[in-house]
Amino acid sequence: MKPDPVFEEPWHAQVFALTVHLNEAGHLDWPDWAARFGATLKAHGVDRDLNGGSDYFAAWLETLEAVLAERAMTDAESLATLKTAWERAYLSTPHGEPVVLSQ
Amino acid sequence: MPHDHHNHEHPHTLLPSDPALRVKALETLLTRKGLIDPAALDEIIDTYENKIGPKNGAHVVAKAWTDPEFRAALLDDATAVVSELGYYGRQGEHMVALENTPDVHNMVVCTLCSCYPWPLLGIPPGWYKSDAYRARSVREPRKVLAEFGVTLPEDTAVRVWDSTAEVRYLVIPQRPKGTENLSEADLRALVTRDSMIGCGLAVQP
Repeated sequence: MKPDPVFEEPWHAQVFALTVHLNEAGHLDWPDWAARFGATLKAHGVDRDLNGGSDYFAAWLETLEAVLAERAMTDAESLATLKTAWERAYLSTPHGEPVVLSQ
Repeated sequence: MPHDHHNHEHPHTLLPSDPALRVKALETLLTRKGLIDPAALDEIIDTYENKIGPKNGAHVVAKAWTDPEFRAALLDDATAVVSELGYYGRQGEHMVALENTPDVHNMVVCTLCSCYPWPLLGIPPGWYKSDAYRARSVREPRKVLAEFGVTLPEDTAVRVWDSTAEVRYLVIPQRPKGTENLSEADLRALVTRDSMIGCGLAVQP
């Protein structure tokens, strides 16, 4: 029997690893993180039952974005610029080639 | 995400979803600021996808079944004992082992979010993270257990333990009857992930 994948989608793994790494590097206290994440889950779960899959990691990502912005580790403008740059990179990279950001 | 396309309607790489792009933007920005090391991210993902999982917990349980001294030490101070086996928490959390007996059945939930003994069980399954399990396991644990196919004798008490960021629990399921002659290695195969969350029983060989 094939076990279920650990992460359903690659970005779930990425955002999980990013958070764990920020904790290990001393940028994020884990009990603080759990409290914030729990609060987001609670807020999201008011109107509907969360299934524990993509909605769970959507809440995770939203929390991480908010925490990093509060601590001035990120800013909305830089993130929007980078997101657009990644979009362009994906759309302009021929199928099968690695996608990289131009500086 | 790369995808097989035979008609070449999309000559470029498929555009990832909105959250996937937001994660990429975060990663790139934090990397450029020198706050994270992308290689460390790959290492963390590899660890959780390939190196740790319920087999670690099964090792601990099978050892507890076969080695009385280990069992006593585990129940006394699980953090120290599992660390010695190389299973320590990356977040420095405290581990507690809960032994199921004919009198008490322990089961574990995290009502806050999804705290879970990662070093012993890996990443929690979807249902553990769902609102349904998080709310109902506290309110109606026997009903939840029944849905997992577990029916306990009426005189077995059910105790539900709520994990936190600081304390994570490992359930030691009851050793199946008739397994006295099995080796620790053989016993490991009987210890399921769900049995170590308290939502299942060890497999009867």
